[in-house]
Amino acid sequence: MIQISSEQTSSLQNPVRHGVSTPIVIVGHVDHGKSTLIGRLLYDTDSLPDGRLVQIVESSRKRGLAVEWSFLLDSLQIERDQGVTVDSTRIPFQLNGRDFVIVDAPGHRQFLRNMITGAADAEAAVLVVDAAEGVREQTRRHAMLLRLIGINHVIVLLNKADSVGFAEDVLQKVEHDIRQLLSQLEINVNEVIPASARDGDNIATRSEKAPWYKGPSLLEALALIPLPASRHALPFRMPVQDVYRFDGVRYVAGRIERGTVREGDKLVIGGQGQEATVAEVCRWHAPHSAVAGAGESIALRLEPDLVPDRGDLLFPAGDKTAAPLRSARLKTRLFWLRGEPLRVGESFRLRLATAEYDVTVAAINAVVNLDDLSLNPGDEVPPDGFAEITLTVARSMLFDPFAPGTPDGRGVLVDMHQRIVGGAPIIGIGELGEGENAIHPTASSVSHAARSALRGHGQAVFWMTGLPGAGKSTIARYAEEELSRDGVAVTVLDGDTIRAGLCSDLGFSPEDRRENIRRVAHVARILAESGQVVLVALVSPLIKDRAMAREIIGADWHEVFINTAPELCQKRDPKGLYAQAVDGRVAEFTGVSSAYEAPEAPTFVIPGDGDVQHSVQQLTQAVRKAVL
Amino acid sequence: MALEHAKIMDGLDQLEAQSIFILREAYRKLKPMALLWSLGKDSNVMVWLARKAFMGHVPFPVMHVDTGKKFPEMYQFRDEYTKKWNLDLVLGDCPPVEEMDPSLPPAARSAARKTAGLASLIDQHKFRGVVAGIRRDEQATRAKERVFSPRGASHQWDVRNQPPEFWDQYATPYEEGMHVRVHPLLAWRELDIWRYIERENIPLVDLYFSKEGKRYRSLGDQDITSPIESNASTVAEVIAELETSRTSERAGRAMDHESEDAFERLRVAGYL
Repeated sequence: MIQISSEQTSSLQNPVRHGVSTPIVIVGHVDHGKSTLIGRLLYDTDSLPDGRLVQIVESSRKRGLAVEWSFLLDSLQIERDQGVTVDSTRIPFQLNGRDFVIVDAPGHRQFLRNMITGAADAEAAVLVVDAAEGVREQTRRHAMLLRLIGINHVIVLLNKADSVGFAEDVLQKVEHDIRQLLSQLEINVNEVIPASARDGDNIATRSEKAPWYKGPSLLEALALIPLPASRHALPFRMPVQDVYRFDGVRYVAGRIERGTVREGDKLVIGGQGQEATVAEVCRWHAPHSAVAGAGESIALRLEPDLVPDRGDLLFPAGDKTAAPLRSARLKTRLFWLRGEPLRVGESFRLRLATAEYDVTVAAINAVVNLDDLSLNPGDEVPPDGFAEITLTVARSMLFDPFAPGTPDGRGVLVDMHQRIVGGAPIIGIGELGEGENAIHPTASSVSHAARSALRGHGQAVFWMTGLPGAGKSTIARYAEEELSRDGVAVTVLDGDTIRAGLCSDLGFSPEDRRENIRRVAHVARILAESGQVVLVALVSPLIKDRAMAREIIGADWHEVFINTAPELCQKRDPKGLYAQAVDGRVAEFTGVSSAYEAPEAPTFVIPGDGDVQHSVQQLTQAVRKAVL
Repeated sequence: MALEHAKIMDGLDQLEAQSIFILREAYRKLKPMALLWSLGKDSNVMVWLARKAFMGHVPFPVMHVDTGKKFPEMYQFRDEYTKKWNLDLVLGDCPPVEEMDPSLPPAARSAARKTAGLASLIDQHKFRGVVAGIRRDEQATRAKERVFSPRGASHQWDVRNQPPEFWDQYATPYEEGMHVRVHPLLAWRELDIWRYIERENIPLVDLYFSKEGKRYRSLGDQDITSPIESNASTVAEVIAELETSRTSERAGRAMDHESEDAFERLRVAGYL
């Protein structure tokens, strides 16, 4: 085993604090050697429990391979079988008495959320780059993520340097590229180390294979990671976590995020602006201390005995410079974790420490292009994408902008199902663009589950498209009657009925038809979100217009194609319109003078030319299956 | 007089503060909730941390899923501290081993009884939150866990599709029949547990301390747990021993070693 002698690093090293671990994350493109590096680090720091090395050798032998350091990490059998690391995990090791925790994050892009799970609390990162392959797509993606989660101490390891013979010119070219990339992201590069994790070159000791390299080995570089700066000197912040009453005493519980609080301090309580004095800093089974600092989970007794809400931010009274910012419009960075793209107009819960706010995406200001990290205007943020967005908040909120090394401004977006769909570090107050209206939509806090429980069924939109005369309205009205009898709350949005009122200002030009569909889709969405089943009976002839409606309606959308032969529709001609269109008296009539595009993959196809009762039955069955 | 400064937190202070934060989040978000009290050292630390979080109280039930095969000292300990700590104890039994998956190796099959007992207790009380004292450093499969780990209606752990968890924001999904396993000790290591026990003077079953050259490092059922060679008879001696030890804690747990995937299969099915 190789140990760094204390002489080597003592002049540079931080003082050891027992029991405090420094989390470091190891990132980089798939197959650039992250797992191998971790295995090697554990071996070189003598951190393997007895038997594990034997296990690796045995495991490698069984699979007919030379010693595979990465097997150490592939602790789940399913991973070993696939040869892919599926989730982040944490591995402790010690270096000259200082504790580190390695956060292992997978390189596969679909596992971004696992990587964030591991990396978000790291204090430093090792970015592993294959010396022969250089910067790759995930290298850029992971570097971007380091910026978004605010990791400022980055060590670059040019791994597999043996594959290019530790050639100075080759490695300096790669170093140049990676430095350029990271400076573009305003990330400070602390070291760039040419190395071979497999052979141990420049990992624990400097390798003679690269005599031109004068920098530290990886272990030396790790020992130089500074301890986090104390947050005690910053103005006090404690987001209220909960309020308890035990034995007749009211406790305001929370964790101090920065600064200190002392008995006798005057505090402002959240957005309401009430003030109170700290009567007691309470802890159980601990020596009494009148003061508490950042990081401590405590309880406060306030005088007067006010009852703050969860999420209320406590901060010092009487000092404007020590107060957080206040705004109902935020500019944030974003890393997007949902499987479907993010679009303008979507509403979420923004969680910020213990507070929750209803927010709506007012604008996508810029989307990051991962090929060159340029910022470009965009309509949507793709899955696993990065962006800068503007959020409007239902009520003005207090916050501190995101700052690396502090818990400030670390917003998270949560959807209706309480799933975390994105990270949104807050940049600052969102200014209104020219000509933009300050609208602050509110989202309902009644969950789908609660609504279903209330109504006894789920919500859905059945968008029935088909030629004029196909039988859409007829089928919808019969189905409405039948479903109502069964206690299902159902509304029919019928084309002509809508045009008689809500859309009476619209004609039949392609633009007006599109606007008509847009309005109907929004109404359908509102009704569905109230827990209803909505049957839309609308010709909606164009695929692109229906795609728009689908986007507006979201997950509740079901497309139903009422499939009736054009000849039959024309023959039926319930409103006498086909006849007039053929005569040229009705312009742009679908099926005669303008096109009807049948759905390519509708959720249901219901024939409209057979027995009406049979068609109705098919529709009601589909509805029941979707919502009951 | 100079004002007292806020203390510089050491590693135990940081772990304690984080665990308190997690317990308070769980209590706020997951109702009804219960804490699994296995009577072992980790779950005693967990009860202690709950008392720290709630000013000396444990404002939710503690569950003991009784395999009926624990050591007599453990039952004695349970009854004594249920009273002393004023705990709301909920007991659950386990079905006989014959009802367990016969394809599991023997010790894992025996351990699966606890999974089944736990599942029926959770269903019976409709618990939405179940606090469990597992740690990442105990076992490789546990290293993959989240602090808030959602379980489906059949209590399954979907290890390949876990929710993101960062910046102390925890997943609190709610669908009928789901519950969330909460793991406030996930970041603690075995040594941290012992150092905290020493600092706080937390009582333990004395099976952890050496008698006639042997002590238990980890406590499970009598028939599938074995003691280790040790002369450590006090908390301080255990700490000194662990500071130099290089074998894993669960070395005495039979089901971890029966086959490469036995423990993972147990966990996916809902074992702790």
